[in-house]
Amino acid sequence: MITPQDDLHNKLTLEQDQDVKQFLTFIMADEEYGVDILTVQEIRSWEEITVIPNAPDFVKGVINLRGTIVPIIDLRRRFAIPAIEYGPLTVVIVLKVKLESTSKIMGIVVDAVSDVYSIAEHEAKAVPHLSDSEHAQFVAGLVNVGEKMVALLDLEKTMDI
Amino acid sequence: MSIDLSQFFEVFFEESFEGLDAMEAELLNLVPGEEDLETINTIFRAAHSIKGGSGTFGFTSVADFTHVLETLLDQIREGSRDLTAEHVNLLLKSVDCLRALLRSLQAEQQPDLAEADELRIKFEEILGMRAATKAAASDTDSEEPVTESSRNTFQIDFKPHHHLFKTGNEPLYMISELAELGDLETQAFQDDVPDITDFAPEECFLSWRFFLTTDKEQSCIEEIFEWVEDDADITITLCGGLFGDELEETKVAQAATDTEIKEAETAAKPTAEVKKSAPVKSAAANTESTSIRVGIDKVDSLINMVGELVITQAMLSQLGEQEITEATIASLQEGLAQLAHNTRDLQENVMRIRMLPISFVFSRFPRLVRDISQKLDKQVELKLLGEQTELDKTVMEKISDPMVHLVRNSLDHGLETVEKRVAAGKDPVGTVTLNAFHQGGNIVIEIMDDGQGLNTTKIREKAIKNGLISESDDLSDNEINELIFLPGFSTADQVSDLSGRGVGMDVVRRNIEALSGSVEVSSAPGVGSTFTIRLPLTLAILDGQLVRIAEHTYIIPLISIIESLQIDISKVSRVGKDLDVLRLRDEYIPILRLYTIFNHQGAIETLDKTLLVVVESDNQKVGLLVDDLLSQQQVVIKSLEANYQKVDGVSGATILGDGRVSLIVDISGLIKLSGLKKPGSQELIIESKASLEAS
Repeated sequence: MITPQDDLHNKLTLEQDQDVKQFLTFIMADEEYGVDILTVQEIRSWEEITVIPNAPDFVKGVINLRGTIVPIIDLRRRFAIPAIEYGPLTVVIVLKVKLESTSKIMGIVVDAVSDVYSIAEHEAKAVPHLSDSEHAQFVAGLVNVGEKMVALLDLEKTMDI
Repeated sequence: MSIDLSQFFEVFFEESFEGLDAMEAELLNLVPGEEDLETINTIFRAAHSIKGGSGTFGFTSVADFTHVLETLLDQIREGSRDLTAEHVNLLLKSVDCLRALLRSLQAEQQPDLAEADELRIKFEEILGMRAATKAAASDTDSEEPVTESSRNTFQIDFKPHHHLFKTGNEPLYMISELAELGDLETQAFQDDVPDITDFAPEECFLSWRFFLTTDKEQSCIEEIFEWVEDDADITITLCGGLFGDELEETKVAQAATDTEIKEAETAAKPTAEVKKSAPVKSAAANTESTSIRVGIDKVDSLINMVGELVITQAMLSQLGEQEITEATIASLQEGLAQLAHNTRDLQENVMRIRMLPISFVFSRFPRLVRDISQKLDKQVELKLLGEQTELDKTVMEKISDPMVHLVRNSLDHGLETVEKRVAAGKDPVGTVTLNAFHQGGNIVIEIMDDGQGLNTTKIREKAIKNGLISESDDLSDNEINELIFLPGFSTADQVSDLSGRGVGMDVVRRNIEALSGSVEVSSAPGVGSTFTIRLPLTLAILDGQLVRIAEHTYIIPLISIIESLQIDISKVSRVGKDLDVLRLRDEYIPILRLYTIFNHQGAIETLDKTLLVVVESDNQKVGLLVDDLLSQQQVVIKSLEANYQKVDGVSGATILGDGRVSLIVDISGLIKLSGLKKPGSQELIIESKASLEAS
């Protein structure tokens, strides 16, 4: 039996010159999302946070990341998915996001971290136009990894607050 | 071999701007007729470095312009031309012009050469008078005075020292530059090239002899080699206008061994030798200057302190390995106290690295005062005091514009004309004094003039006319003087007929307050005015009062806190729909409920169970309602905007001892957010609170 990883590994060796990128994926409401692994700074567990007054509701607040003030976004709220209580699996993925000319360090709260896949970018398919879910706008493309479907996040849009 | 030179551009620009500053400062010191040779040398060297650098980097517009300037300076330096006031003015203008050229090059824009060309023609006119040749011809060749016998042949012996390549020089470039000057014949000597076994590819073993027939002067050739004159043996000999047998002879004659070249060198006429003069040395000294300049004493004390810290750390870790007894606890406490001490010292000293003497700002004023006083036809002496007073670099950068404004005002409106001064029995030369000193945790900058002072009658009239005060208001002179800082007071055309003070003064005050500083004025009619600016030493650290609102901790800058008190409910009255006002002595203090403004749940809402922190910003007092006062501590200010965005009512964030983030309250932002607004008068007007309710 060929696992998705093996499959991808074969592809990777065959198409080394292709636009293969590694993606870190995470789970949110039983769906799997991916971000370019090069944007990931670190993965942390949920910790106490300082609330920012009058911030949008998906901005949970700011944390101290070794002396840098980093805002944390609740991705469920951003995507208008019903909130769940934070548990031991809840993680904060700290990302370095390029926004226009600057780059910012921001964290996202997700249900759980899943895996790392190598995915050729050109395989990503556009999100169907008629998608009725609120968060379709934050998805840059869809890819199949084996049987599963992974939604690649449009970070620039997600983090633009 | 090609190097991407653009990586050095920033250094070049930085150095050039420094050079221009130095030129400007020295030019201002020059008094025609009494000039000091060393001063002229300094100016020359600065110009020379800029020319060299811009030539290297291909900024020909700058190099060409600096060349004429340098030629003039060279003549003055050599004593073949006397310095005149016209020269100084022209040179000062050139400094401005060069600055503009370099700025546009730095911004990667096409520089505007109109002014440079105009100035260059002036220079060429001056120089042309001496050279007695065609002046002011605008083609590029005219910048070199042409000698009578137009075409000469030079013999140039160029024997680089072996390490030449290591200094970053490339003979090929020099040779091609030589070739551009005229007809070039080249011979290369390979005798020095060692066997392949000893060959070192990064060393230069070749030497050359050139015969250059050119209409250029010898100085043009010297110029090509001037950057390597310490790294090579160079001899330039004029062979006369020959080009024939004689030349052939020389060519044959040099079977070219080292010794022969040496001989030729010694035989060469002294006049033909490349001048070993200061420029090259100074250029070398300049390249050593980099963008970070910290006094060695500061670094030394840091090293000392780190040493102390290491010792303390060793002591503590030793204690940590021991069994904990009463005795170890005592020494542990001692060690921790020492650690606290070390850390504080270290912090202070690290902050000091960012501190620069205020002379960096002061140094621009001599020029400013000179120009303005010339324009206004006033006689002014500028005194600078406390130039060594140190100030944070960021504060420094932002304070210079308000200061320029104040100094300009002092000259324009404060100081009287010579006739008026004489009539008033004063010294015809007015004095403007800039003084800087430390006071408490602040730096104080005073701008004093001995002019006519503010005209309180006129200011009062103006203020009444503009509706800032009413006819019936009885204000002291000081209070009247303060009016000039109010926004409604200015706009140039209205005020110019008045004493003039007040043009944009509200902007000056706003800029200074943005730095957490303050500005005051005191003035006496006929004696002069003094503007006093008070600034925090640094913007990176502030003394904060930690307060609690529900479960949130905020920091209020201690500097804006007037007092903290428990509310006497009987003195609170309600204004409008939902604004409470506390009568405190004879003032009414509006109470801002922080939990409402910040939209936090769970705070204490009854007034008599909470605390009120009375703060002041921009002459406006407000009371902030908090649940509790916590400790006071120094906090390091971190930006929220770096990774997030500007938050209304919050000026930044900091990290508390336990690693949590806490937000710093921005008082003036808070007042704006709360809907309280203060127009020109001291009267408080309560505006719509719709914006607050919406949030």
